[in-house]
Amino acid sequence: MPIRTEPVTVNIGPHHPSTHGVFRLRVTFDGEVVVDAEPVFGYLHRGTEKLAEERTYVQFVTLSDRMDYVASMTNNQGFMLAVEKLAGITPSPRGVWLRMIAAELQRIASHLVGIGFFLQDLGAFGTPLIYVMRERERILDLFEMLCGARITVSYMRPGGVFMDAPQDFWPALDTFLADMPHYVDEYERLITGNEIVLVRTKGTGKVPAETLVNASVSGPMLRAAGLDWDLRIKDPYEYYGRVKFDVPLARESDNFARYIVRIQEMRESVKIIRQCVEQIEPGPVRPKEVPFLIRPPAGDVYAHIEGPKGELGYYLVSDGTIAPYRCKVRAPSFINLTLLRDMLVGWKVADMIVTFGSIDINMGEVDR
Amino acid sequence: MYGIGILKGFSVTALNMIRAPFTIEYPDRRVGLLGLAKASGMNPLVFALKRPAAAVKAALGVAKIPARLPQHSRFRGQEFVWYEERCTGCASCAKLCPLGIIRIVTDPSGRQTQEGEVYDVEVFDIDLARCMACGICVEVCPYDALHMGSGFERARYAFPNLMITVDELKRAPKRPSTWFRPQLEAKGYDPQRSGTADWKLVGRHETPTAEQLKRTWVDERTR
Repeated sequence: MPIRTEPVTVNIGPHHPSTHGVFRLRVTFDGEVVVDAEPVFGYLHRGTEKLAEERTYVQFVTLSDRMDYVASMTNNQGFMLAVEKLAGITPSPRGVWLRMIAAELQRIASHLVGIGFFLQDLGAFGTPLIYVMRERERILDLFEMLCGARITVSYMRPGGVFMDAPQDFWPALDTFLADMPHYVDEYERLITGNEIVLVRTKGTGKVPAETLVNASVSGPMLRAAGLDWDLRIKDPYEYYGRVKFDVPLARESDNFARYIVRIQEMRESVKIIRQCVEQIEPGPVRPKEVPFLIRPPAGDVYAHIEGPKGELGYYLVSDGTIAPYRCKVRAPSFINLTLLRDMLVGWKVADMIVTFGSIDINMGEVDR
Repeated sequence: MYGIGILKGFSVTALNMIRAPFTIEYPDRRVGLLGLAKASGMNPLVFALKRPAAAVKAALGVAKIPARLPQHSRFRGQEFVWYEERCTGCASCAKLCPLGIIRIVTDPSGRQTQEGEVYDVEVFDIDLARCMACGICVEVCPYDALHMGSGFERARYAFPNLMITVDELKRAPKRPSTWFRPQLEAKGYDPQRSGTADWKLVGRHETPTAEQLKRTWVDERTR
C-alpha cells in the first residue's frame, strides 16, 4: 500500500549558494519529486533600462557592463551595434576586429564560468571551478591590457573601440590562444569522461526542441537540442561573414548536451580569434568624426548579437536628443529562465539544481 | 570498465598538485633567507652578518615581504591624478560623469596661463563611494588635467572618508594610468615603475612658451 504524502512547498533562495545570485525558486515537492516550480526574480532589479533614458549613449556603455557582469564585452558590443545602426555610423575596420577579438575572448570566459558553476551545482565542489577560474584570470589579464579593467570593461565606443591594443597585448594573446585548447582538453579529461557526471547529467533536464522554440530560447540551450541557430551565421554582424567556424550541435537536449556544446564553442572561439588576428589591419580604431555626444535622428532600431548565453538584443528609440527615449534589452538569461518550470517538473530534488545550473543564467542580466 | 573516467580525472588533479601555484599571495608573501636577501639586494652571507635578527626570522620561515600582482599601465585605479597646472575649471568631467559624483566650485580669479582663461578650482570633490571607475571624466577632459590613478587600496571605514577633496588631489602622488592617454603610452610611461609624472609630461599638447601663449591668447587688436 503506497504511503499518502502531502506536497510541501519550499523556498530555495533568494540567498542560496546554488542560485547564482539573488534568485528565489518556490518549489512544491511530493516526496522527492518536483510537482511545481515558480521562479521569482527581481531582487537585483536596478532599473537599467530606465536609467538609460537620462544618460547619453556613451554613458550607457558603463551601465551595460553591469547587466551581465560575466560577459561585459558582448553587452557593450550589442549596444554599440544598435547605436551605430541608429546614428548611421560606419565603424573603423580595426575597431571592429578588436571588438570581435574581445567578444570572443569574453565568450570563452563566460562559458568557463558557466561550466564551472554548473559542476559546482553538481556537487564537484571547488576543483573544476578553481580550474576554470585560472584560465578566466588570464582572459581578464588580457582585458586589463586592452582597457584597464577586468570585469566592468566599458571598452567599446560608437564607431569602434576607445583605444588601440597595446604592444604587449598581441604576444600575450598568442600564448593564450596556444594554451587554451590544452586547457579545454584538461577539462574534458577531468569532467567529460567522469562516470558520476555522466550519470547525473545524461538524460536529466530534457526539454523537447518544440518547447524551446515556443519559449524563444536561444544560445547554447537551443543548439544542444540540435537546432542550428547561431546569429553569427544566420545574421552575420560585424565581420563574422569573413571568418570560418563550425556551430557545435548536440541532439539530446539534456544537461550533458548543454555542457558539451559550451565546451565545443570555446574551441570554435579560439579558431575565430586566430582568424581575426590574421586578418586585422592597421588604421584608426574609431572614426575621428564621431563626437562624444551623439545626436541620432528620431527613429527606432533593433540590433542583436549572439551573446554567450543567447540572443542579446537592444531596441533603441530615439527622439532626436542626446539620450535614448527608450532602451529595451532582450536579455537571453531572462528568456531562457522562463522555461525553468517546464524543465523541473517531474524531476527529483537532486536534478533540480543541476538543471538550473545548466541554463547558465546571470541574475544581473535577468533582473537588469 | 566503470571508473576509468574517474581515474583519468584524478590524474589531472594529481598533475596539478605538483605544478607551480598560479595564485599570488597578497599583500605580502612568506620568504626564506635566500628570498629575503634577494629582495633586499644583498648576498645571503652578507645579509646574515649585517642583519642577524632578520636572517634568523627568515630561516625560521616567518619573514614576509610585500607582494603585488603586476598590473598593466592602463589599469584604471580609483585614486585620481589631477594636475592643478593643467586644469582650467571647465567642469567637463562633472557634467559628463554618468553618476554625477564630481562637484566643482570655481573662482574666476585664476592665475594659470596654460590654456587661456582659467578659473581657480576651490572645490573638487569626487565621491568614491559611488564612483564606478568608468573613466568617462578622464575621456572628456579637454586639457588632460584629470587622469585615472593606478592605486586600488582605498578601503575606508566610513563613507565620508571616501570623498576625495581638492587638497587630497593636490597632495596625492602623481602616478597617472595611461588609460585614454595615448601620449603617455607612446612615451613608455608605467605608473608602477617610472615613478611620478610631471604635469609637463602628461599632456598631449606641447608646452607653450610665453611668446606662443601671447600670440595665441592675447588679442593684440584690443591693446
